[in-house]
Amino acid sequence: MAAPTIALHDVTLGYDGHPAVHHLSGRIAAGTLLAVVGPNGAGKSTLIKALAGLLRPIGGRIDGLAGQRVAYLPQQASLESGFPILVGEFAAMGLWHETGAFGGFSAAQRERVRAALAAVGLQGHARQPLDTLSGGQLQRTLFARMMLQDADVLLLDEPFSAIDQRTTADLLQLLRHWHAAGKTVLAVLHDLHQVRDAFPETLMLAREPVGWGPTDAVLTPANLQRLRAMPEAFDDRAPVCEAAPPATNVPQAQGHAQGHAHGNAHDHVHGHAHAAAAHPSSTNAGQAKPLPQGPREPRP
Amino acid sequence: MTPDLADTGLWALLIAPLTEFGFMRRALVGCVALSLSCAPVGVFLLLRRMSLTGDAMAHAILPGAAIGYLLAGLSLPAMTLGGIVAGLLVAVGAGLVARSTVLREDASLAAFYLLSLALGVLIISTRGSSVDLLHVLFGTVLALNDAALTLLVGIAIVTLLALAVMYRALVLECLDPQFLRSVSRLSPVAHYGFLGLLVINLVAGFHALGTLMAVGIMVLPAATARLWVRSVPALMALAAALSLVAGVAGLLVSYHADWPTSPTIVLGLGAAYLVSLVVGRHGAWRGGQHGRRRHLRA
Repeated sequence: MAAPTIALHDVTLGYDGHPAVHHLSGRIAAGTLLAVVGPNGAGKSTLIKALAGLLRPIGGRIDGLAGQRVAYLPQQASLESGFPILVGEFAAMGLWHETGAFGGFSAAQRERVRAALAAVGLQGHARQPLDTLSGGQLQRTLFARMMLQDADVLLLDEPFSAIDQRTTADLLQLLRHWHAAGKTVLAVLHDLHQVRDAFPETLMLAREPVGWGPTDAVLTPANLQRLRAMPEAFDDRAPVCEAAPPATNVPQAQGHAQGHAHGNAHDHVHGHAHAAAAHPSSTNAGQAKPLPQGPREPRP
Repeated sequence: MTPDLADTGLWALLIAPLTEFGFMRRALVGCVALSLSCAPVGVFLLLRRMSLTGDAMAHAILPGAAIGYLLAGLSLPAMTLGGIVAGLLVAVGAGLVARSTVLREDASLAAFYLLSLALGVLIISTRGSSVDLLHVLFGTVLALNDAALTLLVGIAIVTLLALAVMYRALVLECLDPQFLRSVSRLSPVAHYGFLGLLVINLVAGFHALGTLMAVGIMVLPAATARLWVRSVPALMALAAALSLVAGVAGLLVSYHADWPTSPTIVLGLGAAYLVSLVVGRHGAWRGGQHGRRRHLRA
């Protein structure tokens, strides 16, 4: 059975009424490998948190996540430093969906934990205390835990920021492996070379969506130029936003009925076919739309 | 035991006081129950960096016990219930304020417990005698009746069962609460369940050791154990063993020297802590900059 498409309907996310992600609509077909790029403060992490269910939209809604197992790798894991636990025990928490709060670990499960640690290059570290790992090793442990979660949707927020090149290559390979296995993978990245190399699809955010579609069509000089124009500070005197500027990877997203009509097309191409081709809409998705300027007035 | 052993000084010093007198036997049972339940709770307090929260909560239960006393006199059920209700009110109130306002949990907890403490002191000093005040502040481990003993043992059993059931969720709630929230809905259960355990253990400790000393048997053994061992189960076992030894030693010393019992127990734990600070495996001397002058090749 195909996992459902994740649909964002005019989603606005923010803090204290200020939008961090402004009027984002679009669809993330099951099996998509999507990079999220944009400058600091563009709302990338906020979007990931909302998809992880940790933040409720202040406008619009997100459909299609119910019933899917979602794994989330935060930008900075909120780990209690110095907690006395072994690397293996920590990674094994990724099996929570199988063991629950009480269940023990079978021999097979222990073996999977070992295999997951080996897959991220940490074989032999299982009996080591967690707080003796380096930053990059900790990140790899978090990857191993995520691997064990066996989720349908994987959300990674700047997963490679503390990791050396060799390991990054290994972990990117892991992302491709997840993609090949039909999982939906979203990763926030800053390295555009990585994005071009490994990610068929890209969402470019500058609080407003700038482009969404095949990576080559989104990472254009014109779009990158427009990222620089994003005002980073929140404006307390900004007027209340009334308009709903459409920006989406689905054509004519104002009509949800049309969006649903495309659903079938998504279903039978999901997964291995390059996601770029999976979207009937991708032809116009990368085009630079003018950033909606309407509601935000220039400062006097 | 053989009679000749009973004649030796050691027997008279260490065993006889605990077997000959009913009140000492009860105190011993009370200490065992307290050690087994308070010490593991203290380990999680330590791991969650909530050691001072424990102290604040100990003060917060005072007005509840005082109101119970006001309504029903020196009645065990009334004071127990009052203490538990007051403790839970402060814990849940502080948690709600922290989740719905800009105030963090430490500030809201401080505000609530100070309110609660002031109320408790006011009630006790206007309506009670100084004897009652001493009872509440320093406990009555040498005067535990059957009902109090049943309560202590019951609370110990509930605590150990609850810790066993919540163990994995509690570890994750300490270590990586965001991950726990992403994989299960148990995060609030673990958080408030643990605060509930904290409150009932403080109430248990308060009957035996008094409100001021009850936290000592939680925080000190855990902190001492942390200087020696590194895994959570080992921490809990060592902390419970430490408080057990300190409890028995404190009873004996207070019996022979005619000192008040609960400060003696807590001072014994404090001595273990101070020694461990210096000589513990992860203490200042062996674990710090001075230790391990030689390093390994890999």
